[in-house]
Amino acid sequence: MFGDYSLGDLGSIFVMQGFAGLILFSVYVLMALGLAIIFGQMGVINMAHGEFMILGAYVTWMTSNLFQTYLPSLFSGYFFLAMILAFVASGALGMLVEWVLIRHLYKRPLDTLLATWGLSLILQQAYRSVFGAREVGVELPQWMLGSLHVTDSIEVPINGVFVMCLTVLITVCVAYVMYKSRWGRQVRAVVQNRIMAGAVGINTEKVDRYTFGLGCGIAGVAGSAFTMIGSTGPTSGQLYIVDTFLVVVFGGAASLLGTIASAFSISQTQSTLEFFLSGSMAKVLTLLAVVGILMLRPQGLFALKVRK
Amino acid sequence: MVINSRFFNRSELIGFIVLAAVLFVILPLSLDVFRLNLVAKYLTYAFVAIGLVLCWGYGGILSLGQGVFFGLGGYCMAMFLKLEASSVENTKIQSTPGIPDFMDWNQITSLPLFWQPFHSLSFTILAIILVPGLFALIIGTAMFKRRVGGTYFAIITQAVAAILTILIVGQQGYTGGINGMTDLRTLKGWDIRPDHAKVILYFVEVVLLFACIGIAQFIRLTKLGRILVAMREQEDRVRFSGYSVANFKIFAFCMAAIFAAIGGAMFALNVGFMSPSFVGIVPSIEMVIYTAVGGRMSIFGAVWGSILVNFAKTSLSESFPQLWLFGLGALFIAVVLAFPNGLSGIWADYVQPRIDRLFAARKPKPAAWTDDSVADGAPAE
Repeated sequence: MFGDYSLGDLGSIFVMQGFAGLILFSVYVLMALGLAIIFGQMGVINMAHGEFMILGAYVTWMTSNLFQTYLPSLFSGYFFLAMILAFVASGALGMLVEWVLIRHLYKRPLDTLLATWGLSLILQQAYRSVFGAREVGVELPQWMLGSLHVTDSIEVPINGVFVMCLTVLITVCVAYVMYKSRWGRQVRAVVQNRIMAGAVGINTEKVDRYTFGLGCGIAGVAGSAFTMIGSTGPTSGQLYIVDTFLVVVFGGAASLLGTIASAFSISQTQSTLEFFLSGSMAKVLTLLAVVGILMLRPQGLFALKVRK
Repeated sequence: MVINSRFFNRSELIGFIVLAAVLFVILPLSLDVFRLNLVAKYLTYAFVAIGLVLCWGYGGILSLGQGVFFGLGGYCMAMFLKLEASSVENTKIQSTPGIPDFMDWNQITSLPLFWQPFHSLSFTILAIILVPGLFALIIGTAMFKRRVGGTYFAIITQAVAAILTILIVGQQGYTGGINGMTDLRTLKGWDIRPDHAKVILYFVEVVLLFACIGIAQFIRLTKLGRILVAMREQEDRVRFSGYSVANFKIFAFCMAAIFAAIGGAMFALNVGFMSPSFVGIVPSIEMVIYTAVGGRMSIFGAVWGSILVNFAKTSLSESFPQLWLFGLGALFIAVVLAFPNGLSGIWADYVQPRIDRLFAARKPKPAAWTDDSVADGAPAE
């Protein structure tokens, strides 16, 4: 499969595909971060995570439309406001869902899966009723269009670079919140031992609600970033949900570092294979490899040693 | 096999008689062939649902990949039927006569090797059981021997469903792609399309369904069934008692896979085509909801759940396509939050006591007497 390309071409191909993989990596990381918090920390399987992401995407789309109509002068900066709005909208919806649905099901993780799947169907249909079945795309501000020419054969799109910077920033924020802040310490305490955490005065219900909200909020930001590189439809979220769960499981649930490493390896494998094989075979081979490795090493790449 | 007089207790016997009466007598007499064929389609899911009762309700193993086994069984059957439909006379206009039409469209000039054995019906029937069974054995061994279970197992089976769908859609020349295998005509020269064939196929399916119900009930009553329940409740304790937990889980998972595959094969026969839209993540998780609605602990409930949910789906999506997804979503949430034991739970909690009271009121004699008489009258061998 390498026969027809010269060495220089191959180098460029790998760099370009590697970069395309990095954008996929950003989407995976952003989605998987939220999921890793919800699944890894709380043990809740949120099948509606993709729909929280799409909510963020729709909020971004609405914000961009608003700016275009009423504040065209500020259009180049709309994205930052949109991101915050997406976080707030998805986070608020997440907290509502936790209060109505999830908090009754903490002892039955498999049932959270079924219930959130039902939620995802309802949300999908709601998006379809409100925004229509057609996919929508946002208009990017001028400074995000175009691409950087690195060498003659290598060029990287600016929006991709932006999405990656965003990913790094959010990852750092999440890591800080989870591992350095007082609140993150409370979350980890509740995860490790709910009863003891309650006994030392942590309001575990409140922690649960905010943790779920945070995970969903990050999904909203992921949706915001997602609009930069693709169009949004009512069922776009579902396309990513299985991949994202595999990313989280492959990385070892409850390990943020593992999530990032597994998102990186999965996205890079997939996008490099995509160039040489058809898209579907690349995906099949990648997923097969992940499932195969998980069968050999069920705890994932980076597992915490925990007693059951 | 020793069937003792307690093969069905009284309420199960009533359930059995009602279901048999509805499926064998009432539905065939009251529905036209088109509707009866729809019921046959719904019942193919009942096979999957019964498998899930064993594997999920009793074993506690939630598989989100039952569509994979449904699809494997269905595709095995469809491959046989497709080969028969693509005889040289039927496919004269193709550039390579004698191979399925979709292969011809995809510039494949000879029948692939893995298609060859499907000329034989006996091989096909074996394959319908063995291919999904072995596949489940491999997945089950890999997962359960390493003590992977619960949510991780669910996610991985879901990934397997995703992989198989992408593979089937991607390999259009070998599988028929997104359209699946259509235009299935005859089974050993017997046309499966006309009305009388549909009626016969319906009865064949119902008989098979009752065979599966019998097997499931047998498993449930033996020690095996009790170990499955014990395992679900206290896995470690069963392990410490010296049982190989993994092997029991593998067994339950394989049985569920085989049941699903039989359902898939009947689907291909009754509906006349097979496509990847019955394999993937969405159908797989819908199959779980049939079981959940019927009651994850009840074999008869699973059959009713499959029929009722699919009936609701057909009638709602015919008249209010917008509402169906809202309804299905609400059903998922309601079943989990309010009725974890589904219809059979509602039956046992609300309807059964009334019936018992009715019996008690009509017959002033002690209740034990009626119990005995019914137990003696049960299908004893």
